[in-house]
Amino acid sequence: MTVPTFQEHFDSLIDREVTIEPKDWMPDDYRKTLIRQISQHAHSEIIGMLPEGNWITRAPTLRRKAVLLAKVQDEAGHGLYLYSAAETLGVSRDELYEQLHSGKAKYSSIFNYPTTSWADIGAIGWLVDGAAIMNQVPLCRTSYGPYARAMVRVCKEESFHQRQGFEIMLTLAKGTEVQKKMAQDAFNRWWWPSLMMFGPPDAESPNTAQSVRWRIKRLTNDELRQKFIDVTVEQAKVLGLDMPDKDIKWNEERGHYDSGPINWEEFKNVVKGNGPCNKQRLDTRKKAWAEGEWVRDAAMAHADKRKARQQAAKAA
Amino acid sequence: MTKDIKAGKNEWPLWEVFIRSKAGLDHKHAGSLHAADAEMAIENARDVYTRRMEGVSIWVVESKNIIASDPGESESLYEPANDKIYRHPTFYNLPEEVKYM
Repeated sequence: MTVPTFQEHFDSLIDREVTIEPKDWMPDDYRKTLIRQISQHAHSEIIGMLPEGNWITRAPTLRRKAVLLAKVQDEAGHGLYLYSAAETLGVSRDELYEQLHSGKAKYSSIFNYPTTSWADIGAIGWLVDGAAIMNQVPLCRTSYGPYARAMVRVCKEESFHQRQGFEIMLTLAKGTEVQKKMAQDAFNRWWWPSLMMFGPPDAESPNTAQSVRWRIKRLTNDELRQKFIDVTVEQAKVLGLDMPDKDIKWNEERGHYDSGPINWEEFKNVVKGNGPCNKQRLDTRKKAWAEGEWVRDAAMAHADKRKARQQAAKAA
Repeated sequence: MTKDIKAGKNEWPLWEVFIRSKAGLDHKHAGSLHAADAEMAIENARDVYTRRMEGVSIWVVESKNIIASDPGESESLYEPANDKIYRHPTFYNLPEEVKYM
């Protein structure tokens, strides 16, 4: 009998759809790719709070305000689930934050676009969260246990996000002429960046095959994007809004909607740091982190002092 | 749960969170979080893991205090139970006439 190598054992777990857990042996590349993917996702949740946070104080009603607060709080929670999943791979929270703050780690480029009207909050919930759900549902069955479990939690909570966004869009779309215009304008501005959320076309995504093999990606970028287009066209009809892409057309043969070309130059440019809000987002995040430092230190000092006092009392 | 973490120097300690979802059920591992002390860990666990009434009781324990078995040793660790199929009721053949047992 030959003894399987670590690599063979790992491959056989992957092939049999058995979950990999933190203490199991795993190839370095698998670990590295996971840390990058999970932390990028976590960073996106944290930065993703900023464009919406912008409207909390100006939500049109108390109900909308309570809902938006709850949604933003969920995003903080999602960031925390994901950071702790990444930490099980042997990277510390401080290192992850450092990578975000230094610009070494990326977050979803969608959050580098501004939220200029209340309708943007509707469009974000409907489109951005809709695209995120499309991306995330298959990840509930990803091969790395802590990541899959975090995604199950995230997906359970995410569908309220999309519904509240759709509800805002519906209210505006059925409202006055001005309100309908606001909704259409937000749709026009968020549509293309939402499509870019699925990443570059498959032909230009060299790591896809390896990630699919490892089950840390379950569908390709283009497959997910097509799914998103197909459902969104139907939802736009319900809203009575026009698709921002004039080339959208049902293709009987494929059983999917055809769509126009995506401006990948814009995408690359935003990823590189030249989007409308890249600098503002990162500055806001770094400022919040720096200004919270004394609170974190004080809490730790307080905890240490209390522990010392308890120990002294016990010894006495 | 984590091993060989390169902890940041000012980082709050890591805690593991266990939640009882309703009376009568076991506490189940929910995930982990950072907190300065146990009291803060409970409050953070409430905010992070029970925003939708997912729990009626929370346990927290500092991650460094958890001792875990080594998956590399699974074979020898679980070996004693491996050949004792007679511990399962299905091992025993009963006559047809015995309907409920």
